[in-house]
Amino acid sequence: MPRVGIIDYGMGNLRSVEKGLQKVGVEVTLCSEAEEFDSFDGLVLPGVGAFGDAMGHLRERGMDRALHHYIGSGRNLLGICLGLQMLFEYSEEHGRNEGLGVIPGKVRRLPGTVKVPHMGWNVLNVTRDVPLFEGVASGSRFYFVHSYYCEPSTDDWTIGTTPYGLEFTCAAGRENVWGLQFHPEKSSLLGLRILENFGRMVASG
Amino acid sequence: MLAKRIIPCLDVESGRVVKGVHFVNLRDAGDPVELAAFYDREGADELVFLDITASHEGRDTKVELAGRTGDEVFIPYTIGGGISTLDDIRNILKAGADKISVNTAAVDDPSLVRRASERFGSQCVVVAIDGRRRPDGSWEVYTHGGRTPTGVDVMEWARKVEALGAGEIMLTSMDRDGTKLGYDLPMTKAVCDAVTIPVIASGGAGNLEHLAEAIEETGCDAVLAASIFHYGEHTIAEAKALLASRGIEVRL
Repeated sequence: MPRVGIIDYGMGNLRSVEKGLQKVGVEVTLCSEAEEFDSFDGLVLPGVGAFGDAMGHLRERGMDRALHHYIGSGRNLLGICLGLQMLFEYSEEHGRNEGLGVIPGKVRRLPGTVKVPHMGWNVLNVTRDVPLFEGVASGSRFYFVHSYYCEPSTDDWTIGTTPYGLEFTCAAGRENVWGLQFHPEKSSLLGLRILENFGRMVASG
Repeated sequence: MLAKRIIPCLDVESGRVVKGVHFVNLRDAGDPVELAAFYDREGADELVFLDITASHEGRDTKVELAGRTGDEVFIPYTIGGGISTLDDIRNILKAGADKISVNTAAVDDPSLVRRASERFGSQCVVVAIDGRRRPDGSWEVYTHGGRTPTGVDVMEWARKVEALGAGEIMLTSMDRDGTKLGYDLPMTKAVCDAVTIPVIASGGAGNLEHLAEAIEETGCDAVLAASIFHYGEHTIAEAKALLASRGIEVRL
């Protein structure tokens, strides 16, 4: 049975993600050591809070380098919320903060024309058929809580968008790297379906 | 665009649902977690638990409830009832709740709202306001489950908690609560117009039409109801279908 690790870098509540994956039958372990990354078949990078703080916590633990190494090995990674944002080159939250630089582009504040934080159930417009969204109809709603959004600098990473002040990239992915701005673990049955899909992608390598 | 939310509210005491709940297809309708999971499957957008367990033991029951709920419920949920310290809030959020709601303690010490939102983020701090109409047409804040008048004006309090960092207001009409006559539309509209944070209308829902009229006439972001769902009079799906038929955006 494939093992999925949830990266624990000392920020935020990992319990919801853990329980969501368990609910769909994925064997999941919290992982707080960069050295352990290699022992997992799949990794989830969750995250709440400020971008700069979270990146600082990852670097302190050597997890930034370990993540690059892990991604290079071809195994699947799923970033959730801030975990998606940290995959980008940098964020404009509280000045400029460097991210992991896996996805080209940056993270920007939502426009002043809409209420921020963007909190509640909004639409996922699927822009590419990917295994992560199997069984999920475009236009379905998912639960969002965030104030910043991802802006890839190329088109080839976006797999889903959401309209809120602008049509922003709410889901990105390519090969073995995936990320969601919304919270699948708080998005009821369809959210669990996405976690289940991820579990299956991990299982099939 | 964000969907308008339908939020069932569960009153809980010592780990049990207080008001009788009539669902034939639940093994134990008195178990708040089982009921909450049922509402998740039925399409509820969010859940609110009001834990009315006496305060000396209520700390533990709320943390335990927050933890157990997360095992079976995969939509956001709020826990409220007698929460008064940052420690309480941290423990409940850490156990898995998405938000906490404060009421009496916030009126007694408004800095609680500021401290909680600075520490944990505005998105998880809901201020519950219980309002009752005064003879002059304004509304007064009540605390202690609606028993204690405070002399505080609802409109002023709503603006103040927004300034202190509240992420959301759960506004209950004490005049309408339990009457099934519909929400207090004038009070709800006045608060919605006064603040920019989301407002949840509460107190008085007796039929599905009440949910629709609250959203249409007040601009509230969510409607909270208890008895129309608990007693099986209506399902969440019926409520969503009615709202959708009126052109209101909902999660179907």
